[in-house]
Amino acid sequence: MEELDSEPTVTLIPGVNSQKKQMCFDWGPGEMLVCETSFNKKEKSDMVPGCPFIHIIRKNEDVYSQILRKLFNESHGIFVGLQRLEEELTGKSRKTQLVRVSKNYRSVIRACLEEMHQLAIAGKDPAIGRQFSIQVSSLSAMELIWNLCEILFIEVAPAGPLLLHLLDWVQLHVCEVDSLSADVLGSENPSKHERFWNLVTVLVLQGRLDEARQMLSKEADCSPTSAGMCRILGDLMRTMPILSPGNTQTLTELELKWQHWHEECERHLQDGTFASSPHLESLCKVMLGDEAALLEQKGLLSTWYHFLVTRLLYSHPTVKPTDLHFYAQSSLDLFLGGESSPEPLDNILMAAFEFDIHQVIKECSIALSNWWFVAHLTDLLDHCKLLQSHNLYFGSNMREFLLLEYASGLFAHHSLWQLGVDYFDHCPELGRVSLELHIERIPLSTEQKALKVLRVCEQRQMTEQVRSICKILAMKAVRNNRLGSALSWSIRAKDAAFATLVSDRFLRDYCERGCFSDLDLIDNLGPAMMLSDRLTFLGKYREFHRLYGEKRFVDAASLLLSLMTSQIAPRSFWMTLLTDALPLLEQKQVIFSAEQTYELMRCLEDLTSERPVRGEPDAQQLQAFCF
Amino acid sequence: MEEIYAKFVSQKISKTRWRPVPPGSLQTTETFATGSWDNEENYVSLWSIGDFGNLDSDGGFEGDHQLLCDIRHHGDVMDLQFFDQERIVAASSTGCVTVFLHHPNNQTLSVTQQWTAARHHTGPGSPSCSSAPCTGIACSNPEIVTVGEDGRINLFRADHKEAIRTIDNADSSTLHAVTFLRTPEILTVNSIGQLKIWDFRQQGNEPSQILSLTGDRVPLHCVDRHPNQQHVVATGGQDGMLSIWDVRQGTMPVSLLKAHEAEMWEVHFHPSNPDHLFTCSEDGSLWHWDASTDVPEKSSLFYQGGRNSTFLSHSISNQANVHQSLISSWLITDPTKDRIEITSLLPNRTLSVNSLDVLGPCLVCGTDAEAIYVTRQLFS
Repeated sequence: MEELDSEPTVTLIPGVNSQKKQMCFDWGPGEMLVCETSFNKKEKSDMVPGCPFIHIIRKNEDVYSQILRKLFNESHGIFVGLQRLEEELTGKSRKTQLVRVSKNYRSVIRACLEEMHQLAIAGKDPAIGRQFSIQVSSLSAMELIWNLCEILFIEVAPAGPLLLHLLDWVQLHVCEVDSLSADVLGSENPSKHERFWNLVTVLVLQGRLDEARQMLSKEADCSPTSAGMCRILGDLMRTMPILSPGNTQTLTELELKWQHWHEECERHLQDGTFASSPHLESLCKVMLGDEAALLEQKGLLSTWYHFLVTRLLYSHPTVKPTDLHFYAQSSLDLFLGGESSPEPLDNILMAAFEFDIHQVIKECSIALSNWWFVAHLTDLLDHCKLLQSHNLYFGSNMREFLLLEYASGLFAHHSLWQLGVDYFDHCPELGRVSLELHIERIPLSTEQKALKVLRVCEQRQMTEQVRSICKILAMKAVRNNRLGSALSWSIRAKDAAFATLVSDRFLRDYCERGCFSDLDLIDNLGPAMMLSDRLTFLGKYREFHRLYGEKRFVDAASLLLSLMTSQIAPRSFWMTLLTDALPLLEQKQVIFSAEQTYELMRCLEDLTSERPVRGEPDAQQLQAFCF
Repeated sequence: MEEIYAKFVSQKISKTRWRPVPPGSLQTTETFATGSWDNEENYVSLWSIGDFGNLDSDGGFEGDHQLLCDIRHHGDVMDLQFFDQERIVAASSTGCVTVFLHHPNNQTLSVTQQWTAARHHTGPGSPSCSSAPCTGIACSNPEIVTVGEDGRINLFRADHKEAIRTIDNADSSTLHAVTFLRTPEILTVNSIGQLKIWDFRQQGNEPSQILSLTGDRVPLHCVDRHPNQQHVVATGGQDGMLSIWDVRQGTMPVSLLKAHEAEMWEVHFHPSNPDHLFTCSEDGSLWHWDASTDVPEKSSLFYQGGRNSTFLSHSISNQANVHQSLISSWLITDPTKDRIEITSLLPNRTLSVNSLDVLGPCLVCGTDAEAIYVTRQLFS
């Protein structure tokens, strides 16, 4: 475990006097609960009333940022799409697809960056503006790192195109050029602008030689004395050999041509062609890749990686990927010059140049405030088959570990849990178990939310969770006297035991009130009746009442009898059933056949033999009627 | 389906509704309202898709929708309806029903009325007045009908403080949605798969009619009435099945169409082209059902990279005695003659599509992936 390079931050809990009292705490999935205890730091225990609140402390504020939510949602879509395209492609088309996915991720980051930037400059509160600015720089660092990883690991550009990609990378991330350019060109006399030469130099440093030439021609128009020199330098710029995307030159050809051109520039310098204009001379030196000249332009370069790319452009344009790290290290050292030490971002970029993916991920995990970046980048690199499976102590590999951490963070959010589900789905070892644990703990405030959670569980055959959630909801419904809802939940969970409970409730209500409540439910049970015996009995018993009401006594009688003989009726209810038989026996016409009457008597005997004390009078009445 | 614009809005959208255009106006609608859910702070918001005249520097998102105003809402927004041009009624998971008023001059929303205690559970186990979520609203100026998880139906009138009429224990299970059939009659669907028709002219607490499927009691989640023929009703269920009912005829549905793979959250007939039906579901898709009996060329208009499949409808009841001329195309049962064309409108699978609304050539829908999709060229 490495040492932390900064002191841990102290958070004060409002209302708690930490000088006098002690606090207790407990960890949660993404939060911490803290409250004051009655223990004192000093010996004697004070009965002073302290802070009566329990505080919830959250570390991961990012999850609650409005703009970052868009990042999470959009990248979720890209992530799921990436997992799906996995199996289909091989070879070159696969690489193109992966590069496209990477560009999608980056454009999402950029969109958030833009929006946050707008908010940072538009906001009135300086503190919030500062916070946004910190977020903006964090996001732009992320995009910088991702872009470099895309070039080196996903695109896997070979020598030649590699430099072009790196040039694009630098151009994308050093954006002051455009504003400077607009500034200078917008003025009346561009070549007399005080920052004119700055602009030309920056354009040369970024390899934008066409634009630099245009600037030079303006200068040539203005001051005829330097026109000749400008023309020569402009020609040198025009003739510099570069590898353009559609070019079929081989690398060796390019190298030869470039060598030739380099010598020509050298010659001009030694001949003193540009001696009378210090600006032009330093430009020529830059184009020769002279380190000292480049270092003079530190201010315009502003970062060591810009320095690196410019240096490569003008001294080793056909650099191979494997040689990059030599130049990177020396560029870093030269640029910093021993004055300052490298920052975390520098270390990350350096690790990338050294093709040490694990180091990149590790450093990013330490430096960034949430798992979003490392989780998605690692997943993408894993799809490029670049990560050997490092077995971490708990058995899963790095990709899965990061995805699990990220998804757990999402579950700690009240709303983003739905995104977390898909992430868990794509963690083969521990994803399902984690999902099972998390999904049971989502608070269910409305039925609609419960339905969504249940759908998630059912789609993944998590029957235990379905059962437990339905049981909770059914209990709540029973307590609120919504027996129909309770029944529909137990049907969904196929929970026979609970259906029995609900039916018992109905039967009890009937016994107490003498009539059925919720007839609309009982009359229309349909096939759900088969779920539990008690429920079937309830349905059939209601049918008996209906038949009786319609005066179809014979059918009613045989139904009643079958309820007892088929053992569907609970014993406790038999007396009621037998009592219901009484009016049928009292009818003028004979309803029960002889056999049926014998059955009735047998049931009665069964019943009375078990409970000799209770029910005697009715039993006698019944016996009387049978004869 | 030419262009559909998506925008991520940092809140899960539970309901989207177009603002109705004034009758007789030739304009298409330009504003829609959304309600969010599952946030610590939920909002009812108004958005505009009007052309802004000036394009942005990066090529102009003229189709993009912009937030006009929003207002905090306590609890999840369970249902949302436009009461008239300026007023929006929202049902909350706290059981409260709120009427919001939109002020077009300064683009703000404010609360004009609220009924809070109308919805609660009563029962031996629950504390008195524990709140129950309100799940559905139907508006027919000046009346508002609400239903909820407590199985109670409340009838409100705007500007009256208390409910005009309450039907207690109208249902032993949760009522999921409600719609007006004719003005004194409403139709509700519940979580044991029943449709019940209630007539407010009658005094009792019993429904005037009950319809249900004979098979499994699958909960029904949404209902919509045919705009022209008030006896034709479509419902969507928990298993994603779309059912068309004729409430004059018997107690069983006219057709059952296997549709989505998960709960169907909303079903809508198109108000001016009722041969078109739209459904959205938990499985992340939004489907456009076209039952118009035009010439087959029209099928090319709808195939824009979306899924295009043709289903035959199953019919399970006999329609022998209904005159052919009066049948809407949804009730036609001859499987060889009619074909319903189904198109999926969203470009790729997403999380649940919770809500949709159609008006004229415009469609809006909201998803759990915190995105709102709008298209203004539904029938291009």
